[in-house]
Amino acid sequence: MSGHASNYQPKSAFANWFHERLPIMDMVQGQALDFPTPKNLNYFWTFGGILAVMLLVQIITGVVLVMHYTPHVDMAFQSVEGIMRDVNSGWLLRYMHANGASMFFIAVYIHMFRGMYYGSYKAPREVLWMIGVLIYLVMMATAFMGYVLPWGQMSFWGAKVITNLFSAIPWVGDSITTLLWGGYSVDNPTLNRFFSLHYLLPFVLAGLVVLHIWALHVVGNNNPTGVSVKSSQDTLPFHPYYTMKDAFAIVVFFMFFAFWIFFAPNYLGHAINYQEANPLVTPAHIVPEWYYLPFYAILRAVPDKLGGVIAMFGSILILFALPWLDTSKVRSGNYRPLFKGFFWIFAIVCVALGYLGSKPAEGLYVVFSRILTVYYFAHFLVILPLLGLIETPKPLPSSISDDVLAKKRPATAAVPAE
Amino acid sequence: MTLLKTLAIAAASLVLSFGAAHAAEGQTPAKGINFSFEGPFGTFDRAQLQRGYKVYKEVCASCHSMHYVSFRNLSQPGGPEFTDEQVKAVAAGYTVQDGPNEQGEMFERAGLPSDRFPSPFPNEQAARVANGGAYPPDMSLITKYRPGWYGTFNQLINGIGGPQYVYSVLTGYTPDDKVSEELKKEQPEGKYYNPYFANGHWIGMPPPLSDDQVTYDDGTKATVDQMARDVSAFLAWTAEPKMEERKRTGFMVMIFLGILALLLYLVKKKIWANAH
Repeated sequence: MSGHASNYQPKSAFANWFHERLPIMDMVQGQALDFPTPKNLNYFWTFGGILAVMLLVQIITGVVLVMHYTPHVDMAFQSVEGIMRDVNSGWLLRYMHANGASMFFIAVYIHMFRGMYYGSYKAPREVLWMIGVLIYLVMMATAFMGYVLPWGQMSFWGAKVITNLFSAIPWVGDSITTLLWGGYSVDNPTLNRFFSLHYLLPFVLAGLVVLHIWALHVVGNNNPTGVSVKSSQDTLPFHPYYTMKDAFAIVVFFMFFAFWIFFAPNYLGHAINYQEANPLVTPAHIVPEWYYLPFYAILRAVPDKLGGVIAMFGSILILFALPWLDTSKVRSGNYRPLFKGFFWIFAIVCVALGYLGSKPAEGLYVVFSRILTVYYFAHFLVILPLLGLIETPKPLPSSISDDVLAKKRPATAAVPAE
Repeated sequence: MTLLKTLAIAAASLVLSFGAAHAAEGQTPAKGINFSFEGPFGTFDRAQLQRGYKVYKEVCASCHSMHYVSFRNLSQPGGPEFTDEQVKAVAAGYTVQDGPNEQGEMFERAGLPSDRFPSPFPNEQAARVANGGAYPPDMSLITKYRPGWYGTFNQLINGIGGPQYVYSVLTGYTPDDKVSEELKKEQPEGKYYNPYFANGHWIGMPPPLSDDQVTYDDGTKATVDQMARDVSAFLAWTAEPKMEERKRTGFMVMIFLGILALLLYLVKKKIWANAH
């Protein structure tokens, strides 16, 4: 991978023989064990590891669920109920997979907002950040298709609403929609192609995650001070320091995950999805899963269909440009007094948009959706570029190590010298 | 401290992100009665499930199917736990079509525990014709897809109120002579006023329960209220037959993860003690 030369020494004749043919243990030692990691990473940095584990959980439970699932409009719903009732621990697998998707998004949102707060997207980590945005996009597509598979009422109508969006694209829109549906409405061919892609995309995700980690290991971790690593004083080997810290965080996250699986397994979904899909009965409110709600609000805020679709996709694609929209040279929000405030306003705006996305598109809800949608884009296109020019950052610590030591002995300065 | 702060912020942002309330449906919130199976340790009351089964069989089953439940489920752990003999007898009380046999003909035979509950109507159209145009929904999952009440935090704490919804509909009919003249003007032909019903206030189902309609084997007095409670509990079980196993497993998983987290924290602390 990158320039961190490993000092791997094969310890046996076999290890040596193997090393000369495939130096994988060299890579493990250099990239996973000795990898120099800033010593001041806080618990927000554990979400990368949590996400990797969640992807694995989703793939493993998903592969087993597929063994019992039937992708056909007449049998899909029934086969899912079969998993819930007749497959040994099938209820556990399905609840893990369904709630796992929500956990995945909770973790990814914390991971992304951490990156935004600490300026992890800034040079030299632009490519790392952009691969991350790509992962997020593929994740959203995967989760959407997965939600269609149980073929409940919200599966069907959600699929109908979302695929219909593509028909807004000029000239080719109708062809794209027909292609997505595999016909002229959401039906068995739609379910089949979604099933196929839902199985494929997680492996694409896994590939992108490898690239994401590769890019991370070229430039190294950002850290809460945003100050680059200057010497070995600033770092610790990844193992055992961060392997243990991540392991602890992962287990705590699993407790949170387990709470949903075992004690509120259907809370994060829609009750109406336990009713089999019926193309003749439209649910009173068609609402996407919670993790799409802010984007759904943006979609509906624009009165024009094509405009709404552009705004919705634009609100995600704009993240690709974030490294160049933020003009400040200081990475960490801890040293940017103005940015800090705007960051939290932005976070609240995103949550508020999520709330509005869950509400019917009428009255004041639409008015607020429009105001907040404008603010969302203004944050990226106006506020961030300007802040970098007008803000006076607080003085940065000279190094990570200095910062850590100053925090360890906060009283030092106050002790009078004899 | 950092850890606590991290967790606090994560929890706060999570709670906020579920400010995503579902819009109320203009339906009267279900009556908030309590059931034995609520809460993280709640279990089904076997006797209640057995009584509820009797109400389903003798009252509901004449119109409502229960596709996803088999006779054998009635004896499995975590449910009504009838004995295997009772289940065989229940199944044998039904006639099911099977086949084709070696002559290529369909034939009828007595039900077996492995059979599903037979539907009262051969298809949806037949069901509608027999019920004045209304389709009696399948009962297997009704307590999971019909919320009794709405509200993000309300549902997080109290669940969606599915069993309460069933109970409220069964006990919530307004007798015809008590329906105001105002409302009567909009009364559709052959419908009954029930404010708890999810699809508008007019329901096609006539009030199904009356006192002493069934005779409970355990001597419990079969009031409308009692029968409604029992059948709602029974339908909570048909919707989530693995609930007891789930909660029990969850309790053990939590203890395991809690101890593991504590040990990992102590190891991590020890390793980091000399890091700076």
